[in-house]
Amino acid sequence: MTLLSIDWFFILEKILLISAVLVLSLVVAMYSTWGERKVAAWIQDRLGPNRAGPMGLLQPLADGGKLFFKEEIIPTNSNRFLFILGPSIAMLVACMTSAVIPWGDTLTIAGRTVSLQVADVNIGILFIFGVLSVGVYGIMIGGWASNNKYSLLASVRAASQIISYELPMGLALIALLMLTGTLSLKEIVEQQRHDYWNVVYQPLGFFIFLVTAFAETNRAPFDLPEAENELNGGYHLEYSSMKLGFYLFAEYINMFVSSALMATMYFGGYAFPGMDSLGVSPNLLTILGFLALFVKILVFIFFFMWVRWTVPRFRYDQLMRLGWRVMIPLALANMLITGAIVLFRQH
Amino acid sequence: MVLSVIALVSALGVVLSKNPVTSVLCLIVTFFTIAGHYIMLNAQFLAVVHIIVYAGAIMVLFLYVMMLMNLNAELEPQKRNWLKYAGAISGGALLVVLVAALRDASMPAIGTEANEIGLIKNLGQMLFTQYVVPFEVSSILFLSAMVGAVVIGKKD
Repeated sequence: MTLLSIDWFFILEKILLISAVLVLSLVVAMYSTWGERKVAAWIQDRLGPNRAGPMGLLQPLADGGKLFFKEEIIPTNSNRFLFILGPSIAMLVACMTSAVIPWGDTLTIAGRTVSLQVADVNIGILFIFGVLSVGVYGIMIGGWASNNKYSLLASVRAASQIISYELPMGLALIALLMLTGTLSLKEIVEQQRHDYWNVVYQPLGFFIFLVTAFAETNRAPFDLPEAENELNGGYHLEYSSMKLGFYLFAEYINMFVSSALMATMYFGGYAFPGMDSLGVSPNLLTILGFLALFVKILVFIFFFMWVRWTVPRFRYDQLMRLGWRVMIPLALANMLITGAIVLFRQH
Repeated sequence: MVLSVIALVSALGVVLSKNPVTSVLCLIVTFFTIAGHYIMLNAQFLAVVHIIVYAGAIMVLFLYVMMLMNLNAELEPQKRNWLKYAGAISGGALLVVLVAALRDASMPAIGTEANEIGLIKNLGQMLFTQYVVPFEVSSILFLSAMVGAVVIGKKD
């Protein structure tokens, strides 16, 4: 069916896919809050939430409902427009990255081949990087618009932390790019499908990416912008109701997306060992691949939580020293060595 | 078209707004619209790099400084009169030069059809074959800027 020379099925398919990805990341983020409390409880030998529903499974719904019905307070001396813009940007940016992640191979439905990736742009990794670098505005604008010293301090911390850790992250990615020779995430996954996973070739790069991902998502041990014992709470100090909820939620979505990225770039994405010798129909294989990706993501999310409840927070000067004096030289060395090896193997 | 209107309005906002932070935010919007123009010219790489470098890094630092200094209209020192005249005259002179330069320049419109030069592969090949010398020279410029920043930073 072509009407006005537009492929309507194509648009419908993309809209469905975008909604599915959005709902998926929201649900995962919602249940990460539950998971985090359960993991924390398990590590600290407690029970964790167990009142709402079986095993406390309805707890995120109760929390969300509570946040929506709370009174909304906007401080008198704050800039109203920017105050609302802050959490909106945080949420928007958190949801944007998932567009370029390949969630699976192609499905064939009624003769149409549907790719489980919203947009296979040829600058996939750079797109992620761009979105990430914009993410800091949500925190900065919110912290400044609150008109509160503590929020401002926290947002300044966040900005310098994110800028400092973006550099080693970019350098780690450059090494990966030299190895794969492509910026498209889909192609990176396809290469790993027929070869070893990239983590085998890039262990140091993966390690750097992991550490910087912790810093970029403001997770412990790098959660200085939210250090409650020195800043009374952090950049979202003045926020109440669902605007606070959006900030907290954006953090969990970021965690989900960066787990998905690590799984895609270093751990084979939707590819799993023995995938092509399984001998099942392509559609089933795609679904299995998606499940494999999902398991990898959940493992990474668990790792994020595990670290949060194990490692104490850094001091701010330690954080900066780690970023500039350890991470960047390591990433540079990794890049040089990878470049040399790639060049050597070409000749 | 819509993009250009937003670009012009936000660019005017940069100049006209009284509050420096609003001004910086308008500038960020301007950068995003310019990146949008690059994408429409099929230069995706340039667009993304523009966002990463300008909107993502440089403007964050601007915003950072503005927020820390907390400037506002009352705190702004009164400018001397001759400074205003000098500003108006030099601005007008720049306008005259720009108009004169643009009047003689021939600018053919770039077609929207397949124009592959902006894609990363072609761009990289161009940069490292045909334009390798200017590329390396500009990297030396960056290096000298970095050395300069370190020297200034080490002074105190």
